[in-house]
Formats: sequence, structure tokens, C-alpha cells
Amino acid sequence: MSRTTTTPGGAPRDRRPRRTPKAQETPAESGSTSAGVLNEDDVLLDRAQSKAVRSRSFRLLGSLIRPNRRQFIWTVLLVVVSQAARVAGPAIIAFGIDRALPALIDGDPLMLWVAGGTYLLAAVLAAVLTAGYVRATAQLSQSMLLDLRVRVFRHTQRLSLEFHEKYTSGRIISRQTSDLEALRELLDSGISSLASGAIFMLFTAATIFALDWRTGFLILAAAVPMFFLARWYQKHSQIAYRESRVVSAKLIVHFIETMTGIRAVKAFRRETVNAERYDELAEDYRTVTVRSINLNGVFQPGLVLIGNVTVAVVLVFGGFRVLGGSLEVGALLALLLYSKRFFQPVDQMAMFYNSFQSAAAALEKVSGLLEEVPTVRPPKNPVSLPDPRGDIDFHDVQFRYGNGPVVLPTLDLSIRAGQTVALVGQTGAGKSTLAKLIARFYDVSEGRLTLDGVDLRELAPADLRRAVVMVTQEAFLFSGSVADNIAVGKPEAGREEIIAAARAVGAEEFILELPEGFDTDVNKRGGRVSAGQRQLISFARAFLADPAVLILDEATSSLDIPSERLVQEGLQKLLGNRTALIIAHRLSTVAIADRVLVVHDGRVVEDGTPADLIGGTGRFATLHAAWKDSLV
Amino acid sequence: MKNQNTLWESLGRLYPHVRPIIPRLVLGLLCALGASMMALAIPQVLRVLINDALAEGGSARTVWVASGVVLLLGVLEATFVALRRQFVITPATTVETNMRTSFYRHLQNLTIEFHDRWGSGQLLSRAMSDLNLMRRWMAFGLIMLVVTSLTVVMGVVIMFFTSWVLALIFVAAAVPLMIYGYRFRTSYSRVSRKSQDQAGDLATTVEESVHGIRVLKAFGRSREALEDFEEQAEELRRTEIHKARSLATFSMIVTLLPELALGASLVVGVTLAASGDVTIGALVAFFATAAAVAGPVEFIGPLLAMTFTAKTAIDRHYEVMESENTITDPEQPIHLDAPKGEVVFDAVHFRYPDAQDDAGDVLDGIDLRLRAGETMALVGVTGCGKSTLLQLVPRLYDLTGGSITIDGVDLRSLTLTELRSLVAVAFEDTTLFSTSVRDNVLMGSDATGAEAERILAEALDVAQAQFAHDLPDGVDTLIGEEGLSLSGGQRQRIALARAIAARPTVLVLDDPLSALDVATEERVEEGLRAMLRSTTTLIVAHRPSTVALADHVALMRDGRIADVGTHSELLARSDHYRYVIASLDDEEIAQLGRTAVTGQTVPDDEEALA
Repeated sequence: MSRTTTTPGGAPRDRRPRRTPKAQETPAESGSTSAGVLNEDDVLLDRAQSKAVRSRSFRLLGSLIRPNRRQFIWTVLLVVVSQAARVAGPAIIAFGIDRALPALIDGDPLMLWVAGGTYLLAAVLAAVLTAGYVRATAQLSQSMLLDLRVRVFRHTQRLSLEFHEKYTSGRIISRQTSDLEALRELLDSGISSLASGAIFMLFTAATIFALDWRTGFLILAAAVPMFFLARWYQKHSQIAYRESRVVSAKLIVHFIETMTGIRAVKAFRRETVNAERYDELAEDYRTVTVRSINLNGVFQPGLVLIGNVTVAVVLVFGGFRVLGGSLEVGALLALLLYSKRFFQPVDQMAMFYNSFQSAAAALEKVSGLLEEVPTVRPPKNPVSLPDPRGDIDFHDVQFRYGNGPVVLPTLDLSIRAGQTVALVGQTGAGKSTLAKLIARFYDVSEGRLTLDGVDLRELAPADLRRAVVMVTQEAFLFSGSVADNIAVGKPEAGREEIIAAARAVGAEEFILELPEGFDTDVNKRGGRVSAGQRQLISFARAFLADPAVLILDEATSSLDIPSERLVQEGLQKLLGNRTALIIAHRLSTVAIADRVLVVHDGRVVEDGTPADLIGGTGRFATLHAAWKDSLV
Repeated sequence: MKNQNTLWESLGRLYPHVRPIIPRLVLGLLCALGASMMALAIPQVLRVLINDALAEGGSARTVWVASGVVLLLGVLEATFVALRRQFVITPATTVETNMRTSFYRHLQNLTIEFHDRWGSGQLLSRAMSDLNLMRRWMAFGLIMLVVTSLTVVMGVVIMFFTSWVLALIFVAAAVPLMIYGYRFRTSYSRVSRKSQDQAGDLATTVEESVHGIRVLKAFGRSREALEDFEEQAEELRRTEIHKARSLATFSMIVTLLPELALGASLVVGVTLAASGDVTIGALVAFFATAAAVAGPVEFIGPLLAMTFTAKTAIDRHYEVMESENTITDPEQPIHLDAPKGEVVFDAVHFRYPDAQDDAGDVLDGIDLRLRAGETMALVGVTGCGKSTLLQLVPRLYDLTGGSITIDGVDLRSLTLTELRSLVAVAFEDTTLFSTSVRDNVLMGSDATGAEAERILAEALDVAQAQFAHDLPDGVDTLIGEEGLSLSGGQRQRIALARAIAARPTVLVLDDPLSALDVATEERVEEGLRAMLRSTTTLIVAHRPSTVALADHVALMRDGRIADVGTHSELLARSDHYRYVIASLDDEEIAQLGRTAVTGQTVPDDEEALA
């Protein structure tokens, strides 16, 4: 049985969001190989690049199928068998009319019952198998998707901050949504249409060959123009789909940026400008979508046409043979009908190829992301540090971002366990860089940075994270309750511990005043919680994490004085026996420090106890005096 | 959110969008029908041509003519296939794009309160995949559903003409099918809704995991984040499988019932033929037609599933589109010709719409008057409502009681555009957009050309953001998420420059200097002071140094203004003020006698480091 409806191609799917072309992305950097996400916004790639990204994309697809091989084969098998069960139907009917009917007229109903029974059996079989492969397809497709989702998520979490500072959240979202959607379409409909179409064509071709091999070869000859058409389509659709991914990523990035910054959008009346930009992007997206659909709109009717022309050629060829007496009329009719049927699944194949192209383009991007290597790498032979003390040593450390200028010139510094060190200096002096190195957000460019004598690059990541915790100025809250957010510091903490941590940093009071106390949902971006309250919550997180080394990078900047006072009391308790590195513009914190480092131009220019430095004539003394005055 | 719209209600909502393209949809439909008929006709024509023409001992001419006819039909079929797309694609994608852009516009207009509740991933999935689904249904699903149904109906009619008894058996199978189809609709719609919602939530989780990457890394919580994500993704997978099961069962029934009926027809038909009640020719014709109808009948399963998914997508779209924007322009706006900037808060009350009934108002009767040009510091403990109060001024939220007026005009009587050009804000957590420093700073300014340059330079100057000139491309350097990352202090200064460049009548600053070091803060204040003389300013202050900018201080406590006065007046008379603003130890308090102006120059080359 075959589909009678001939126009399936329909609107090829377009899913493709993604890619944001960033103009400044220096494509020159790594020569012509497109490594990772560099160049991911380029649409026209040279041959070598195109080949490289394609094969990267196929490798990814292969690696997704491999663990699911059995499921994959099982699905194909179900499709094939159900196809066979369906083909049996008409044959049984023919049997019924040709054999059972005469038999019945002769008074023998047995054949009829056999025919009827077999038909029902085939019907049940076909139906059950159909249901089976619909399920099997979903199972296969969903487990591949889950696998890929988790891989992408894990990988983006693994990538260094350096990467995240360039690659926007919108792009990662578009990788995780529309790119995966493209793959999903291929998996959902592709496998069954490819398998059933191929089987159908195979059987039909075999029949034609059995009837008349000359016609068989004639039909095979149709493969030649089809091949060229497919080549043409492949070449163009590859570009179109690539482009549509780039454009849709732009669309997504713009969308996400607007929605996450909606307050500023409104306050500065950006709505019109934004909407115009979005209109443009949406129109670009529409244009590329239409382009890819239209390519398919040439490809698919083209295949239909080739098939129909072939049928006409078979007729010419066969007709003359009939005239010449070398072919029966009946045989010619059969050949023609089979030829026509042979080309019926071509529609499905076109659809398959279309979603295949779309998915391949999407996987090019996803595989590029997965190919990115974290610049901060986990150690090959991790050294564990179960009981960190908190000794930090910089040995001839230098730091620069990538190949940029040196931000931190050679630095030797040693911070003893238990010391509370205040880092002081002006905005941009390099204090945060120092802190980020200790937290291993970045790796040192030269020299060594050690914790308890172990190079950070060799320390087991889990131990490092347990030992060193950094609280930054931007206190990000995840959606969920206040308690959930504090528990980020220690996921296994019980309610008691969470409350105790909040109390210790002086956050308990305001939290209890929230509508549902610790269970209050903090909302998107912490909309309902003020900046200061967010800092208190993230402070409680750090308290709960209970690290050996605590880094506070402007962690109290938004607190009012009473809160800061509470925090500091908590801090003093907290800091008792651990190493602390405090960066604060408000010098009140310095009072509790054992040691002050004044950083300037990436160098430590003063180093001493607060009292010593205040008493001196250096920068710190000046800063401190200015700060004192500002208190009034 | 209304939950259950009927299918027709939901699809009917598309009508206004679809109306202009109906002619093209109909043309597309006709082409689809044409192609479908060609595909059906070609085998029949072949049969006739060969049996009648060729069998009679034709000539070469007959062969050519026959081939010509077949070729023509074949070309027609391909043409119809191509034309269907041509007719439908452009209008369908246009409808999709229009719906997408109006969705975006609507989202931009919806209140902050709405955005507080909705994750951006969830919104994104509605803007992208739901509308994609909708378009595909319109351009393909809808048309094919009609074509397929017509094919089936025509087939059944032919079957009735061939043998009404057998046709009745076939049609009888449709009855349980329809009953089951109804159930399928309900269950499938529900599960497809669930999967679309879950996919949106998953996108929100991804978004948060990226925006919160620093926290996750700092605490080494990537694994926990991954586990949560995995759980959520697994849930989505289960929903999808559930959905597939539902579809599988339906497909099974759709395949099975007609086939069972045909099996019965076979037995009955052969029996009838044996008794001579039906001719063998009719029997053959009946089954030939049934075979032609079988494909379309099966195809109905996936098409219906597609329709239900589209319905869900449309529901999700309109759920947002029908969320009402409660902060809108007045019907008869008042225009302020020469705004002076007197701001009066009169018994202002505010509570969040989703606050619990027993919770008190966040703002509980704020009375405060700012004379034109006055700078008022707002002081109070964390969480007392300061930031909330500020957000009421540009109407990011609307107050729930009382009024705020500018020059005697209620905020709600001004258009939003006018209000928001009168009022500029700098939030404590700064949002910079992915564009150049210049565009970020001039965002609120309407100036162009040399004037704009001047304003830009001045704003950067006042905000002590001169570092911008030393960025790789100067003020044209791209910043924000897609560009250069700036430090917290740098971002804050750009945001401050933005507020200044807007040249507002009323400036609202939410602790705008928190990330600055003392020396920079000092210089910013000097610049600001000059500017603030002519601008009414409400500034949230946590430090005495910020308070020093202000003419007066309003002390907020528990959602009310507890006291207003100068810094020293309040210090002298308010315990609470001393508690909130005074620093840590007595020694420092003892120094308070001195005035706040510090003239020291602190060595500074930070600009060079930017």
C-alpha cells in the first residue's frame, strides 16, 4: 500500500535558531581550520573548512547513535517488518478474489476463511508494528537528545569563564533549543521514512528486474539525474541551513538580552529601537527560512519530475518492444505501474534529506561548541587535599588574558593559613584578577600558584572547590526558594544549617519577613529581593560552604551599614581559623584584617598590618584618610 | 491562563492573521488536490492507454502519443507540487513573522511584574518553536488534512457506488475511530502542552546556568546544576515518550480498524460475489479504491497529532498575548511643556500583585516632596522599600494607592515615553546592552551629531568613565554580553553616564556608587554635584559619602518616611538614622563634626589600566 497523497514535502521544517554573528570575532586567529566556535557565524566556508565542520557534525551524530545501536537497529527492523505486513494486504485480497471465490462457488468456504483470517492477521500485525515503531523511534530519538543535551550542558559548565565572557547565554540557549530541535526532527520522522522508503523501493526494483531486466536498468538510470539534483540541493541547502542557524541565533540572542534586561529597556525607552532591530532579524530569519524551503521546493518536485519522466521513457521503450512483439502488453502495463510505484517514496526521501541537511547544519554548531577546550583544565593526575589548611603561595606568577598584555607582572606572595588579608587598590588595579587566580577561574600564565604547596592546576577540582570559595559582587540568584539559593553553598545541608548560616551573616531577619520566609521564591533575577539582600543571601551561601579559603570580592558593596556590621560580626566568627582574602572599597573591612596588600598596576606596592600602613605615608594611609572623611 | 480552549476556539484565534492569506491558502490547497489527483490518475490513464490503444496493435504514433500524455501528466504533477509551496510559503512565513514580532513587542510592553514571573527561556520557546509549529501546521498540516479528508470522503463515496453493503462495513469502522479520536485529542493535547511547557522551562534552566556560571564555578556546583538539569531533561524525555505512546496507540487504531473492516469486507464480498449479488468487477474496483484510501487514512493520525500540537502552540502564544499590560498610556495624556521637576509623593502605597493577603503593603503611605532641582537622599535599612519606591517613579511598577506627581501632574497622566524621558534611572545592578559604549551611554538621549558627542564626552567625564576612551575601539568598543567584559565598577560608571546623558528632569539613582572606590566616588560626586543643581534627584544612599551629595535626607522605615532633614539634623535627632548610616565605631562617629568635603588628591592611574 502506498500513499496516495503526493505532496508531503510540505513546509520543511525550519527550526534553526542560532548563531549570532559577532562582528568582532577575529576570524584570522587560527588559520583556516574552524576550531570550536570561532568562525561559527561564517556561512560561506571554503572547501576544507566546510568539510571539516561537516565531518565534525557527522562524528557527533555517530557518537550519539553508537550507544543506541541496538535501539536503532530494532527501530529499523520494526519499520521494515511492518512495511512487509502492509504489502501483504493487497496480495491477500487478490488471493481471495482469484482463488477463494471460485472455490466458494464450488462449495468450499475454507479458502475464504483462510484468506479472511490471514488478512486480519496481517492487519493486526501491521497495526501493532506501526505502534511499535512509533514508540521505538521516540525512545531512540529521545535518548539521543537527552544524551546530547546533557553533553552540551556539562560541557558549557566545564568551559572556562574566559569562554563565557565571550560566548553569550543566548547562543548557548540557541544551541540547546533550536539546534537540538533540528536533530529531533530528523530522528522523529527521518528514520522511519528513510527505512520504509528504501525498503519499498528495493522490493519494487527487485520485482521490476524479475519482470524485465531492461526496464530495471532504465529505472536505475534515473538515479543519475537524481544524483546530480541531490548534489545541487546538498550544496545549496547546506549554505542555506548554515545561514539560517546563524540568523536564528542572532534572533535568540537579541530576544534573551531584551527579556533579561527588561528594566533597563523600559527605563531608557529602548522598546522602539529594539522592536525595529527584532523586526529586521525576524525578517532575515524569514528570508533564509523561505530560501531553504524553496530549495526543497525545487528538489522535491524535481525528483517527482524525474520519476514521471522515467515512467514515460519506460512507456516509449516498452511500447516499441510491444510493437516489435518482444514484450507482452500485460507485462508492459505491470512494468509501468511498478515504475510509477517505485518513485512514490521519493517524496519521503526528499523530506528525509531535507531534515538531514538541517540537522547536519545544527550539529555543526553544536559540535563546534563541544569542541571548545576549557582553558582551565582538570588535572590529569589530580592531587587530593582532604584537609586543606589554606596556605596560598604565588611563585613568580604572571598573568595575561590569552595573548593579551600582561595584567599581572611577576608576583611573589605568600599568604599563611588563617590570615585575613585585605586587598586594597583602585578599580582596575588587578585585585579581582588576583582573586580569580586563587579561585582558579583563570590559570596563571607563568609561574605557580599553590594551595598548601599543591599547584592549583594539579589539585582535584572537587577539593579545590571545597577549599576555596569566592563570593562576588554580582550575587546571582537562581530561581527557587531562598533556602535553595543558600543551599548552593552546600547542597546536602539541612534546614537547620541553612537557617544558622543565614543567621550568622545577619540575613535571617529579612528572610523571615518575606512572605514565605525561607521558602519564598526569589523570582527571576531576584526581582523582588534588593541588591543588598541578594548579597546577604550569597554571603550565607559562602558561610554554609565553610571553605578553608574564602575570597570576598566586593561582596558587601550593596549592604547598608547595619547589615555590613552584622556581616562583619559573622565574618569575624567565620574567619577565625581560615584564610580570607577580602577585596573591598569600603575600608571598614580592613579593620578586621591581619594584613593589607595595596595593589597598583598589578603589583603589590604595600604590604603590612593595617596599623602599620595607616601610620605610614603610603597609598594606604592616603586612601584610609580619604575613606575616613567619607564616613561623615 | 484559561486552560482548556476547544480546538476550534484555539485555531479560530488565528483567523485575523490568516484572513489576508486565505486566497493563497486556497490556491495551495487546490494545487495539493491537483497533485494528489494526478498521482491517482496516472495509473488509470496508463491502464486505459495500454489496454485500449496498444493492445489493438497500434503504431509508433500511438506509442508517442501515449508517452506524451503520460509525460504531460507527470509534468503537471510535479508542477502542482512545486506550485503548492509557492503559493503557501511566503504568506505562511509572513504570518509567522508578524506574529513573532508582535509577540516581541507585546512582551516589551508588558509590565516588569509579568517578567518577574516568566523565565526568558519559557518566553523564548513560545517565540521560536511554537510559532514554527504553527506555521508548519498552517502551510502543510492544515492543507494536507483537508486534502486527505477529501480524498477519503471521495474514496468512500466511490465505494458506496461500487457496493453499498461493503462500503457500510468500511464506514462502520469509522465510528469507534471517531470516538477514540475524541479521547485521543484530549489526552494528546494535554501531554503535548506539558512537553512544550517543560521544554520552555528547560531553556530557562539553561539560561540561568549560564548567567549564574560564576556562582556555580565559585562554589563548584556545576555537578549539582547538571544533576538538576538532567532530571529536568529526563522528565521532558518521559513526557515525550508518553506523548509518543499516545500517538502510537492512536496510529495503531487508525491503521487497524479500517483494515479489520476490509478483512470483513473481503469475506462478505467474496460470499456476495459467490451468490451473484455483487459482480467480480465491482469487487475488484471496491478493493482498488480501498487500497487508494488506506494511505490517506493512516496519514490522518500524524496530521491530527500535528494539529493538536499546533493548537497547544497557539494557546501558549495567546496566553502571553492576552496578558494584559496594566501600565499603559493615559487616554488623554497631559504634556509638560517646561518641566521643572517638582516631585511629590502623596500617601503612596504599594504591594506586589501576588503578595499574600495578610502581608502589609511594601510601601505604606509615603509622603515626600522634592522641590525642583533638589537632591534628596533616601536612607533606610536593606529591604525597607527604597528600591521599590524608586521603581515607581518611571512607572516600572504602578503604585497601588496614593499618587506621585511631577510638577503637579500625576505620573499616570503622562505618556510613558514622556515620563521616561523626564526620568532617568541608574540601577544598582547595571544592565549594559550588547552594543558600543557610545550607544549604551546615549541610549536615553535624543541628541544627534556633534551635540551627541558632546553629551557623551561630558557624561563619561562626570561618571568618571573616561576609561572608555582607552578601550580598544574607544567609545565604539562593543561591550555587554557579546563584547568586552568590564569590571563591576566600570559597568556602574557606564550606567551612571547613561543616566546623566539622558539629561533628565528627574534623576533616580539606586546606590549608584557602591562598586566605586573612595577616590573615584569622590570625583564622581564632584562632577555630579554641579549637574544635580538643576536636576531633581532621588538617590538611594547606604553611606554617608553618598548622602553628602544630597540637600536633604529622607529616612525610610517600614514602608514610610520616618523623617526628613539634613544629614546633620537627622544625625542629631534620629536614633534610627544613626543606626542606619553611622559607621562602625565610636571613634569614627566622634569625627563626624568635620565636614564631608575631602580635597585630597589620591594618586591615580587607574584610567591607564582600563
